[in-house]
Amino acid sequence: MAGPPSYATTSERAWYYGFRVICGLIFFFLIAPIITIIPLSFNAQDFFTFTPEMLALNPDGYSLKHYEDFFTNPDWQQAMWNSLKIAPAATVLSVSLGTLAAIGLSQPHVPFRRAIMAILISPMIVPLIISAAGMYFFYSRIGLQGTYLGVVLAHAALGIPFVIITVTATLVGFDRSLTRAAASLGADPVTTFFKVQMPLILPGVISGGLFAFITSFDEVVVVIFVGSANQQTLPWQMFTGLREQISPTILAVATLLVIISIALLATVEILRRRSERLRGMSPT
Amino acid sequence: MSTLDSTGQQTADAPTPDDAFHGAAALGKRDTDPPRGGAAEGPLVSADGTPLKRSLQRSLRRQKLRAFLLVAPLLLFVLVTFIAPIADMLFRSVENEIVSETLPRTTSALAEWDAGAEDLPPEDAFVALAYDLVDAQERKLHTRLGTRLNYETTGVSSLFRKTGRSVDDVGDIYFDQFEDLNENWDEAGPWARMVAAPDWAHPAPFMANAEFAALMPETAEAYTSFARAMQDENDDDPAAEEPWAPVHLALYRDLIATDQGTIDAYNGPGSDMLTEARAAVDGFETQAVSVMFEEIDEDWFDPEVWATIKTFSPVYTPGYFLTSVDLKLAADGGITAQDEDQQIYLLLFQRTLFMSLVIMGCCVLLGYPIGYLLATLPARQANLLLILVLLPFWTSLLVRTSAWKVLLQQQGVINDVLVWIGLVADEARLTMINNQFGTIVAMTHILLPFMILPLYSVMKTIPPSYVRAAKSLGATPSTAFWRVYFPQSVPGIGAGCILVFILAIGYYITPELVGGTTGTFISNRIAFHISSSLNWGLAAALGTILLAVVLILYWVYDRIVGIDNVSLG
Repeated sequence: MAGPPSYATTSERAWYYGFRVICGLIFFFLIAPIITIIPLSFNAQDFFTFTPEMLALNPDGYSLKHYEDFFTNPDWQQAMWNSLKIAPAATVLSVSLGTLAAIGLSQPHVPFRRAIMAILISPMIVPLIISAAGMYFFYSRIGLQGTYLGVVLAHAALGIPFVIITVTATLVGFDRSLTRAAASLGADPVTTFFKVQMPLILPGVISGGLFAFITSFDEVVVVIFVGSANQQTLPWQMFTGLREQISPTILAVATLLVIISIALLATVEILRRRSERLRGMSPT
Repeated sequence: MSTLDSTGQQTADAPTPDDAFHGAAALGKRDTDPPRGGAAEGPLVSADGTPLKRSLQRSLRRQKLRAFLLVAPLLLFVLVTFIAPIADMLFRSVENEIVSETLPRTTSALAEWDAGAEDLPPEDAFVALAYDLVDAQERKLHTRLGTRLNYETTGVSSLFRKTGRSVDDVGDIYFDQFEDLNENWDEAGPWARMVAAPDWAHPAPFMANAEFAALMPETAEAYTSFARAMQDENDDDPAAEEPWAPVHLALYRDLIATDQGTIDAYNGPGSDMLTEARAAVDGFETQAVSVMFEEIDEDWFDPEVWATIKTFSPVYTPGYFLTSVDLKLAADGGITAQDEDQQIYLLLFQRTLFMSLVIMGCCVLLGYPIGYLLATLPARQANLLLILVLLPFWTSLLVRTSAWKVLLQQQGVINDVLVWIGLVADEARLTMINNQFGTIVAMTHILLPFMILPLYSVMKTIPPSYVRAAKSLGATPSTAFWRVYFPQSVPGIGAGCILVFILAIGYYITPELVGGTTGTFISNRIAFHISSSLNWGLAAALGTILLAVVLILYWVYDRIVGIDNVSLG
């Protein structure tokens, strides 16, 4: 950092550094809770605080037993497999339908564009508890409540707005003359789509898919109501754990989830830069 | 196809809509006779000879159709998986078929009764209730109805359950006397022969003999409902089951109301039994049906129970919405305040709004400096710091909530640190969780990125030269900030505030886990009614109110920022 300009008065200097201290504290507030749970998850005791051994950096204070519990406990394993079965299915569903619709919506002439957009975005707008209540009522009417399919459909619906938003945003910068050029060179629409359009919007599609995946993977309110014990996912298991008997295994799971988030965040960031480069914009 | 065409023509930018009609008619002709003379005469034509205008129009229509077909599968998907559930919830918030469906005769018998007058309803209503309840009891619907009415008047649920156990004895007094008169009145066969239509046989739904029904309407109806209940519930042949006592009550009422001559003139099956019974009923010992109910439970002499049934007999009711705002439907059809001890919803709505406002305020206070810092730093450093904002944004909600749960505990890290510094005595550790404080801290942390991102995107567009210009003209730093910079950042504050507020008022998970009893929101109450109290109508009404608030706020948001500008970081 450059520091305050040399002509700054003393009070300006004080303010300059004071402001940075305040911002530092706020960043600390944002990050510290997430960082704190990582060492706590290696606690050798079943406590939720730093033991004296841990503070003394004594290796005896640390252990992997909570991770071991996560990977051996049938409840957690079942929950993990359920999450891994539900999230990809919901993602595939929302990405395939969402990408098609986003391409349709980005055409120059779409009847009722605003209304359609409002309907497609609505799952993101409506509070989750209301979506969950409505889905619970309606899905139990049509026999989908408590089924794997019901949860997948519900999660796909929740993920769709993210796919629509990211893919339409990518398509805004899409140069239509490219498809026209492909068509004038004799490519049929399907070939044009897969050979010309798809590679260019792929970063947007993938980040939309990641958003949809994380939406389903993190989602807990809807699955509690629409699912049954057989569809208990990782967040649901954490929720139950936090509400009933809180066990340090939750911290191990939380740490793993933080690592997954960091990986996803990095992927999305890389894709965003790549997409901007492909569209000929300079990366910011 | 045709609807798509017509929607296409309604679009304002489509050229001369009526041309399309003429064009369609002319198109068929054109296929048969080839274009004459080429481009020399008439309008411009495209390569295949159709007028350019029409050819353009056709391609425009095809484009619209293609766009629509691409969108259609998703639209259908969202309509079925998401919009239909929301519509179902809205419907459930007013739907109330259960009362008139379970007690059809009673509700129509009560139609004329004035519920506000503190009198008991007429005897007919008790009779109707006997017929309805015995049927509902056999079909196991009466406890459901009792639960429904118990939401309005406590005690109805146990009253219905208790009555359901003995309602098939209502009319026992007549049953015994008819049986004493002739054993056949307690036999399944003679009853079935007497009431059934000649061409009816068991698996088909029971049909009453039309002539018998004309003579003895109540008996025919009561027996039919008995027979159908037997068939539907147990798949039993009614001809093998002796009817329950309320059928005998109907028989008595019909006989008393019909004179001997009319009965004598009847010559259908069982006419001799009827003749004999008609002669005897005048001497029967009688008892009012209302008294029979009172013997089961004296609450049936409480007009409030009847008023509840009548008030909630319409198929649609505003009752759930009234309960949601601490009001209730009074017996006379008016609206009164809910009983003091049940007034909780306005308080909950107030608390939800108040805490959402506090969380929003905290987010502005913490988010504004960060947005300002990010916007004024060079891009490279700002991008690095932005990761610190995006990481919590991307981290699972449950992870962040569990982090706070761990940190804020009495034996948690924050209390440990405070004790270690010496700010707090070891035995006086702070209670920071399971109260409003816990909810506010955790939710401010969770929603802060939603404030920072819109603030940052607005502040990035404010040119630094304005503040420099203000300073060069002699403004102090604080004047330059408040008079020049701050007003330009207000749109960002507005966008962030609405976004945070909307997200906050619908939150469920975090208040549930760290809110205890004082830090819970209206959404926790909705969840409670869905999964614990099973009062789905009330849950739907509360949800509808919350949804309306959120939609209004989004409409405001759309006006200020535009929904298309929702940024995902």
